[in-house]
Amino acid sequence: MAVKVRIPTPLQRLTGGQELVEGKPGTIIELVNDLESKFPGIGERLSEGGKIRRFVNIYVNEEDIRFLKAEQTEVKDGDEVSIVPAIAGGVF
Amino acid sequence: MTHIFISKEHLDDIISHSREVYPKEACGILAGKGNTVERVYRMKNIDDSTVTYSFDSGEQFKVMKEIEKDGLRMVAIYHSHTSSPAFPSQTDISRAFYPGTDYENYPDTAYVIVSLAYEEPEINAFLIKKGAIEKIKILSS
Ligand SMILES: [Zn+2]
Repeated sequence: MAVKVRIPTPLQRLTGGQELVEGKPGTIIELVNDLESKFPGIGERLSEGGKIRRFVNIYVNEEDIRFLKAEQTEVKDGDEVSIVPAIAGGVF
Repeated sequence: MTHIFISKEHLDDIISHSREVYPKEACGILAGKGNTVERVYRMKNIDDSTVTYSFDSGEQFKVMKEIEKDGLRMVAIYHSHTSSPAFPSQTDISRAFYPGTDYENYPDTAYVIVSLAYEEPEINAFLIKKGAIEKIKILSS
């Protein structure tokens, strides 16, 4: 068992085309570091200075981590973490 | 993708949604198969703004899951412009790419923009690709 992580299309070039990868249980930021060790380059795409980047949504199972404990949210074996680009736009 | 199919009924739905939330920007997802739209999902604009839109992250996830579960895909993302042409703005273009990269967030998804800036609503579809914005045809039956 492990944490299942769903990688969005734009980052699949860093995971050798894999949509579903495995990560270690722990906090979200520890999971990001674990992914970085397996897929170099993915860490800085997901976070900056220990914070998840703006316009990147991370869900644990169905819940956005912003409404949990953000980067300190704990994930355990069997949890599914989804990384999903936010959808937004503006006039200028 | 050189064109997308959106029925008259779905086009009317998108335009009504845009009119209902005017002068705020409306936004939503067009789900379907291939390049044919089968469903319109009206989404909440959490910016509640006349100049920007952002999906509610929870609602976005729920709808994306439902689309996947039903064997459909996200054919297009739509939003309205209230005082500018139906053409992607600089922010629309930036947000189409993964933060800090030139990798398209949703490479197989078109962007549909409705403008209510003129007497008649104007509606266009685009592919926002690295270094190029391509207008594609909207075919309706
Ligand atoms: Zn726009």
